[in-house]
Amino acid sequence: MQGESNEAWGLAHHFDSYDQQREASYLGMWVFLVTEIMFFGGLFTAYIVYRSSQGAAFALGSHELDITLGAINTAVLIGSSLTMALAVWAAQTGRRKAIVGFILATILLGGVFLGIKVVEYSAKFEHHLVPGPNFHWNGPEASGVEMFFNLYFLMTGLHAAHMVIGIGILLVVAVLAWRGAFTPENHNLVEGVGLYWHFVDIVWIFLFPLLYLLGRNIQV
Amino acid sequence: MSDTVTTPARRRNYLNADYGIKSWLLTQDHKRIAILYLVSITFFFVLGGVMAALIRVELATPLGDMVEPDTYNRLFTAHGVLMVFLFLIPSIPAVLGNFLIPLMIGAKDLAFPKLNLGSWYVYNLGAVLMVVALLRGGTDTGWTFYTPYSSTFADSEVILTALGAFVVGFSSIMTGLNFIVTIHRMRAPGLTWFRLPLFVWAHYGTSLIQILGTPVVAIAILLVAAERLLHIGIFDPALGGDPVLFQHLFWFYSHPAVYIMILPSMGVISELITAFSRKRIFGYKFVAFSSLAIAVLGFLVWGHHLFVSSQSIYAGLIFSVLSMLVAVPSAVKTFNWTATLYQGSISWQTPMIYALGFIGLFVIGGLTGTMLATLGIDMHVHDTYFVVAHFHYIMVGGAIMAYLGGLHFWWPKITGRMYSVFWSRISAGLIFFGFNLTFFPQFLLGYMGMPRRYHAYPEEFQILNVLSSAGATILGVGYLLPLIYFTWSMRYGERASDNPWGAYGLEWETSSPPPTFNFDEPPVVTTEAYDYLAMRDKRVA
Repeated sequence: MQGESNEAWGLAHHFDSYDQQREASYLGMWVFLVTEIMFFGGLFTAYIVYRSSQGAAFALGSHELDITLGAINTAVLIGSSLTMALAVWAAQTGRRKAIVGFILATILLGGVFLGIKVVEYSAKFEHHLVPGPNFHWNGPEASGVEMFFNLYFLMTGLHAAHMVIGIGILLVVAVLAWRGAFTPENHNLVEGVGLYWHFVDIVWIFLFPLLYLLGRNIQV
Repeated sequence: MSDTVTTPARRRNYLNADYGIKSWLLTQDHKRIAILYLVSITFFFVLGGVMAALIRVELATPLGDMVEPDTYNRLFTAHGVLMVFLFLIPSIPAVLGNFLIPLMIGAKDLAFPKLNLGSWYVYNLGAVLMVVALLRGGTDTGWTFYTPYSSTFADSEVILTALGAFVVGFSSIMTGLNFIVTIHRMRAPGLTWFRLPLFVWAHYGTSLIQILGTPVVAIAILLVAAERLLHIGIFDPALGGDPVLFQHLFWFYSHPAVYIMILPSMGVISELITAFSRKRIFGYKFVAFSSLAIAVLGFLVWGHHLFVSSQSIYAGLIFSVLSMLVAVPSAVKTFNWTATLYQGSISWQTPMIYALGFIGLFVIGGLTGTMLATLGIDMHVHDTYFVVAHFHYIMVGGAIMAYLGGLHFWWPKITGRMYSVFWSRISAGLIFFGFNLTFFPQFLLGYMGMPRRYHAYPEEFQILNVLSSAGATILGVGYLLPLIYFTWSMRYGERASDNPWGAYGLEWETSSPPPTFNFDEPPVVTTEAYDYLAMRDKRVA
């Protein structure tokens, strides 16, 4: 929410009180997350439609994903949500260095997640599983498997883009926190970016089973 | 008109608070941002209007003798894209809503002023993308970007135009988000939900659609762009994709988007009807909740665009019934406006002429919409001029009439000046007459089977087409007049008093034009909405 970023430590002219400003800021973030849910919702709809019409191909596709790396990433991301929550708690209790520390930990875990994602993506690239002219599939249901990978890359790609944006915002927040911008009364930015981070985490909690786990029990 | 004694001319206000280009381009004042939007959308309205004019010139004769078929495709696409994304969707919310909502709820500004300014820049960024696409030859897919034509076959600037729509969508989301938070958190003391002006209720419903619908069309557009750029097949049947999925995702937003265009108009009309009938609106709560009902129902009817697109007959039946349900809250509004007029003290000011014109045109547009919601009739008139006429009655007859009515109503508040009463009445009459002459023949043409999106037609359709083109000329003159006398009034118009219409509402209690922070004293609300009786008693006392 760039709307209030510069004023996070002051009361903006058009608000009557810190309470009003805080409530506006939180509600704004929640409404924004609703739009994000609808944004991902379009992709999830496409996934549901194609999974129901091409279930066997999607099962084949999910066997190609690295379940170990996916599981590690899930743990990493949940861990980053913990450090994010701790950063918010530090802001509420006014511990400046703790805010910075926990935010840096969150950034680090987010970076680990993206790093593992890069490893996974490059493996898909080497196996010609990236959709497009170079896609190559030796086996049945080639077009369905390609559709699976269309959705895999679009969904995880959009998710990763949100992670990158989140890390960028967290860097700014860390600098602001280091300068002592947040007080127990007024730390809307930390709360807001926290909500955003948890949202991105929850998206992954849905993506992991849908892409990696479902259909894996089917022997093909 | 009791409070005309102050001399608004000498006062500091948001217009003379600061001068210079920077004070406008970097402003965080919702009133100035509204003006910025007004300038932008007027430009694109004119550009979209030029496209419409070219279409009507081509259709004056049966032969396709002015432009090539391919050029014609690009013309109606440009007309649709410009009018829908760059004019109709932002028109009332971003101009009148932006200006008025903080005033109406007694706030100093919207909740997020920088986001508000940002939305204008995002809008212009998207608009630039679309204009570049236009200069590079335009797009020929129609404003709906249907796959697989748009994703696989079209050889035109699909990606740029679609990307423009994608970007503009975010400005719409920003505006909606800002309104929702503002209406929830920034109301003046005593201003409960059921004391809010109905304009605010209508914008609340609109904002819900903006934040819930726009992201879905954004992802659909992104998928089309990805398909074209990366040569993958999300919607390509040859690669296992489903082109109808695009239609679902597209109309999940784009049908509610119709309500983004018409709901704020209904809010404007509720204000105008009460102000010029000097009466509290009939059935306040019904009108308020009907806005929410339209917003909610609007999300359940998209399938009526897919009656002939391989949708199952049962889905068709359900979407047909749900679409007809939209008529209920719409009728609630129409009947309540009419009941408000009953025994009102009606004055024929220009805004009121627009409001009454709106009701007539909206009823025709709405009833033909119910016709189109029935499966049998829709099969017959699908993709004909009947559909074109229907949605122009809603979007032009409805949305633009209300936009102009609102602009005439609040112009003295926005600029502190009055415009020519004579010319404004002439233009309102010209627009009403010209509009009907343009679009009523199209109902007949469509019913006789003339398909839309063709640049040539059989000779027996010529008379009605010539009538339509003649009407479009009158309509064009009608639209040109306000552009002239509004511009003229900014310098030469008579100074307006704080409340030139004697209307009820917080926006009329501050000066015209308002000071930068809207009110000298933070307002406290103690009366119900549209309490014209109390207002009269106060004046008499």
